[in-house]
Amino acid sequence: MLTVDRLTIRNRAGRALVEDVSFSVGPGDRAGLIGESGSGKSLTALAVIGLLPPGLTATGEVRLGDTSMIKGQEKLRTRVRGKVVATVFQEPLTALDPLMPAGRQIAEPIRRFRSLRGTALRDAVHAALDEVRLTDTDRIARSYPHELSGGQRQRVAIAMALACRPQLLVADEPTTALDVTVQAEILDLLDRLVDTHGTALLFITHDLPVAARVARHTHVLREGRIVESAPIADLLARPAHPYTRTLVDSARRFDAALGRHLS
Amino acid sequence: MSKRLHLYIGLVLVLIVAGAVLVSYLWLPFAPDDTSGGRLAPPGGDHLLGTDKLGRDLLTQLLIGGRIALGTALGAVAVGGVLGLGAGLLAGFATRWLDDAAAVVLDILIAFPTLLLAMLIVAGTGASLGTAILAIGLAMAAIVARLVRVLVKQVLGRDYITAARVAGVSWPRIVLSHVLPNIAPVLLVNLALQAGLAVLAEASLSYLGLGTPPPNASWGRMLFEAQATVLTSPVAAIAPGLALVTLVIGMNLTADGLRLGVSDADR
Ligand SMILES: Nc1ncnc2c1ncn2[C@@H]1O[C@H](COP(=O)(O)OP(=O)(O)OP(=O)(O)O)[C@@H](O)[C@H]1O
Ligand SMILES: [Mg+2]
Repeated sequence: MLTVDRLTIRNRAGRALVEDVSFSVGPGDRAGLIGESGSGKSLTALAVIGLLPPGLTATGEVRLGDTSMIKGQEKLRTRVRGKVVATVFQEPLTALDPLMPAGRQIAEPIRRFRSLRGTALRDAVHAALDEVRLTDTDRIARSYPHELSGGQRQRVAIAMALACRPQLLVADEPTTALDVTVQAEILDLLDRLVDTHGTALLFITHDLPVAARVARHTHVLREGRIVESAPIADLLARPAHPYTRTLVDSARRFDAALGRHLS
Repeated sequence: MSKRLHLYIGLVLVLIVAGAVLVSYLWLPFAPDDTSGGRLAPPGGDHLLGTDKLGRDLLTQLLIGGRIALGTALGAVAVGGVLGLGAGLLAGFATRWLDDAAAVVLDILIAFPTLLLAMLIVAGTGASLGTAILAIGLAMAAIVARLVRVLVKQVLGRDYITAARVAGVSWPRIVLSHVLPNIAPVLLVNLALQAGLAVLAEASLSYLGLGTPPPNASWGRMLFEAQATVLTSPVAAIAPGLALVTLVIGMNLTADGLRLGVSDADR
């Protein structure tokens, strides 16, 4: 499904921001990518959809099915986006166009990939909102992003990403900007949707407990390199790399502190 | 004062001038070249503001000057807006050396004084309102283009553009439905400011004899002509000065008030 092979991303000055990253995600798999801020998670995600910011260049290979997201024709990549791979971003504030009603933003991919128009399109938009457990779909569809809560915005973004039934969803810290209860709801929602549709998931986070909730095989990224890859349960139980160990330890300390206060 | 109040006061001031200009097309107190009132008649009677040193009615001149001021503002904003937006969009989408080149060229153009550019154009084609509008519009285009370039780059970096591209939305559609609406608020504020500057620039050109040629009265030329008689008939200088200030402050306050829309969009 997705194979990333020795992906290296350099900036204009030639400095490697992501280096020699390789991993793969099979159909229906749930891969995790975990690392601290600035470790290159978002750049890896952007390279996977073939939309690196200008000034950055990628070498190595990223393949989605038969399509290279790095080399070859842009036309082929356009065909893959939306249908094969879709994304949810970290910041619900910038993930939606502030000047466009939510419904119209969800309609964009549906119109293009499912060729729906008029009432059929409207119905599909409402079905998509329904699917992410938003009630009062009429109001939500007409709302501008600033009229929605962070959680609602992120649900709209998920609806937009999943509207065309992609085979792979790249979720770049979709819950980082949300408070803990909303975070849990959104994670459950993602969990359920990905399960029902058999969508493969590349889940990116800096938060080990969050990764433990949704991801299975997980790669630990540090300063642009993968330092350790293992099923998340093994990472938690037997972290091999010192950096992974510090991640696990700090999560444990946090848990312990919580436990002390609760008991 | 709140931004909303700025907007209202600004619009009222601009509308006063615009209303007077509209009226001038239906009715003028006197024909522009009617000198029957005698030279330098004081305000009052038939001639509400008096007459100038050639005996022409000052209110009539003032209204015609209003047409020129507003016409310049609209014309220059149209020229500067269209050219600036086009060039700015192109530069905003350009990458690497093309983008660097665009940035340098725009900076050089902006460093070039508007009045100097106007003088060069006038030297080539002769003074006329069209030349003045063209010169002011061209200078404005460079400033607008630089702004648009930066705004476009900012918007293109937002996640919703990436989301739209993942959703397979074509570039023309992304520009129309995402980029333009999102740069519009800031652009409008800037164009309103530029309109005020254009009015001032036209007045300066006419004051220097490089704008609208006689017998069409521009506020700048009225000021120039009133200079010699400012002590004996101050109204001839005060009236166009006041009109100029009203329109320019009106446009600036409107621009300031429009920032309200900008913070809305950023929320
Ligand atoms: N458009 C860009 N141009 C140049 N450098 C960039 C660009 N975007 C990111 N970088 C650099 O690449 C590195 C990795 O950035 P990236 O956004 O992938 O980090 P991240 O792991 O997603 O961090 P976070 O958890 O804060 O989102 C950083 O050092 C960053 O400064
Ligand atoms: Mg990131």
